[in-house]
Amino acid sequence: MTPSQPPAGAASGNGRRRGRVRGSMVPEAEFRSYYGRPILKEPAWTLEVPWYFFAGGLAGASAPLAVAARVTGNQRLASSALTVAGAGIAASVPLLVSDLGRPERFHHMLRVFKPTSPMSMGSWALAAMGPAAVGAAVSDRLGILPGLGRVAEVISGVIGPSLCTYTGALVANTAVPVWHEARRELPLVFAGSALASAGAASTLLTPAADAGPARRLAVTGAVVELAAGQVMERRLGELGEPYHQGVAGRYARLAKGCTATGAAAIGLAGRRRPLAIAGAGLLLAGSAFERLAVYKAGFQSARDPKYVVKPQRERIDAANR
Amino acid sequence: MTLTDLPTPTFGGGYDGEARPRMGFFTDTSICIGCKACEVACKEWNLVPEDGPLRISGNSYDNTLALGANTWRHVAFIEQDRPVQVPDVDLAAAAAAAAGAGTTAPQAREGLRWLMSSDVCKHCTSAASLEVCPTGALFRTEFGTVVVQQDICNGCGYCVPACPFGVIERREEDGRVFKCTLCYDRLKDGMEPACAHACPTKSIQFGPLEELRERADAKLEKLHEAGFDDARLYLRDEANGIGGAGAFFLLLDEPEVYGFPPDPVSTTRDVPGVWRAAAVAAGVVVAAVAAAVAGGRR
Repeated sequence: MTPSQPPAGAASGNGRRRGRVRGSMVPEAEFRSYYGRPILKEPAWTLEVPWYFFAGGLAGASAPLAVAARVTGNQRLASSALTVAGAGIAASVPLLVSDLGRPERFHHMLRVFKPTSPMSMGSWALAAMGPAAVGAAVSDRLGILPGLGRVAEVISGVIGPSLCTYTGALVANTAVPVWHEARRELPLVFAGSALASAGAASTLLTPAADAGPARRLAVTGAVVELAAGQVMERRLGELGEPYHQGVAGRYARLAKGCTATGAAAIGLAGRRRPLAIAGAGLLLAGSAFERLAVYKAGFQSARDPKYVVKPQRERIDAANR
Repeated sequence: MTLTDLPTPTFGGGYDGEARPRMGFFTDTSICIGCKACEVACKEWNLVPEDGPLRISGNSYDNTLALGANTWRHVAFIEQDRPVQVPDVDLAAAAAAAAGAGTTAPQAREGLRWLMSSDVCKHCTSAASLEVCPTGALFRTEFGTVVVQQDICNGCGYCVPACPFGVIERREEDGRVFKCTLCYDRLKDGMEPACAHACPTKSIQFGPLEELRERADAKLEKLHEAGFDDARLYLRDEANGIGGAGAFFLLLDEPEVYGFPPDPVSTTRDVPGVWRAAAVAAGVVVAAVAAAVAGGRR
C-alpha cells in the first residue's frame, strides 16, 4: 500500500483550522498548525519600549526644529524645542535601561558596532545625542558655555532625524509579520508621529506669536502619520488584522481619532492659545497611542500562527506553480 | 562596507587555523518514538531549570509544548486521522490469507497516524538572532554553531522576536536569553551533544553537516522507494531564507504540522531595504522641519 491521501472529509492534519465549530462544513481559514500554537515568540519587551519610541521620537524631531528655528532667528521657539529635545532624551535612557533583563549591563550595548542590528546603531545614536541634546538644553536655559552649547545643539539636530526613524527600522527588522511586512512604511509612520508630537510640544511651550512653525510642523506630522499608516494597513492586507482587533485595535482607533482632531484643532487655532493647546494635547496623545498600537500589534501578530503559515505557504505554492 | 553588502558571519571567519568542520544535527523523525530522552538528557547535562509545574496539555503526549529558555529540545506529538502506513505488506492478501487460516487480519481502515519529532535550535547559516544582537553576546563558534555568551547578554530581548522559529527566549527570573548551545562544552571535548547521545533510535544524529546531508539524502531515497511519498527534508538545502541550517529534519508531513514555519526567512536579509526606508523617513523629517520654518514665525 502506498501512503494515501486522507479520506475525503477527514482532517488531514491536526490543528487545521476549520471554523469555530469543529467539523464545520465551511472552513474559516485554510492553514495547518501544531495545535494552533504560536510559531514565533512574543517579544520579551515591556511598556517602557513604546514609551521610549514616543520620548525618543519627540526628542529626535525637536532637535532639528531647534536648529532650524535658531537659523531663522526665532530664539523663543529654538529654546522651547531644545528643552523638549533635552527632556525627551533624558527620559529615553532610563526607559531603555529599565527594560533590559540585566540593566546593570546597559553599557554592553557599546561593545560592538553592528549595521545588521538597528538596536546597536540606535544605541550609538542615543549615546551621541544624549549628552549633546541635554548639554545644549542646559546651556541654553542657564546661559552657560553658549559657544559649546551651540555646537551641541547642531550635533543633536543632525542626529535627531535618525533617532526618530530607526525605531521603526528596529521593529521592522524582526520575524513578526505585522512588523516585518510593513518595513517600507513603519519608519515613515514613526517619523510622522515624531514630527506631530514635536510640533505639538513646542506649541505648548512657545508664545503664540512665535509658534507658527511648530503648529505647521504638528499638522504636517499628523498628515504624514495618518497617510503612512493608511498605506501600511492597505499593503499589509490580512496581516494588518491586529490593527483592527483587541488592544492594538483600540490603540489604533484612539491614535487616528486623536491625531486627526488634534491636527484640525491646531491647524485652525492660529494664535488662539486655548484651541492650540487642546490640539497639541490631542496630537501628543495620538502620537503615543500610535506607538502603543504598533507595539501591541506585534504581540498579537506573533501569537497567531496563521500570520506565519499562510503567507509562507502561499510563497511556496507560488514558487511551485 | 556598503549597506547592500552586509556580511553574513561566515563559518571559520576569525578562527583561522582553529576553524572546525561545521557540525550539526540531522533529526530523522520517521524513527522517533517520542521517548523524550533527548529532552531529559539536555536538561540534565546543561542544568536547564524546570519550566514550571507540570500541566497536562491535552495535546497528545506533548506537555512540553514549545522550545524556550528552559526547553532546548522539544518532542512534538501529532495524531492524524489517517491509516498507518505499513510498507511492503499487501493488506488485502494478508487479509485473505488470515481468513483462510481463521484468524483476525490487519485491515486497511481509517486509523491513527502518530507523528513524533524532536525540535531544536536550527543554528542557521544566516542567524537573525545573532545578527540583531546589539551586544555581540550571540556568536558563531568554531563549529559553525550559534551560542549565547551568558557573561555578555544584557537581556535586551531583540533576538526573541527576530528568530523565525521562536526558539530563543528570555528567562524572566534571570533576565538573560537562553537556547540550545549544541553542547558547545561537549563538542570542545570531542563528545557528541547530550540529546544525540541519549537518543535510543538514532533519530537524532550528530556529525559534520556535509556527512549528515549525504546520510539524509540516502534515507529519503529509501523512504520514497518504500512508498512514503510524503517524506521530505526540511532545511537541508542552502537555497532558503536562512541560508541553510545546522539542524535539519526528515519530516513525514508539511513543516507547519510540526509547528515549523514552512518557508522561514532571516529578517536581516531585508535589512538594506529597512535602512533605506529609515533614511528616507529621516529625510522627510528634515524636509518637514525646513518647510515649517520657511513659512515665517507666524
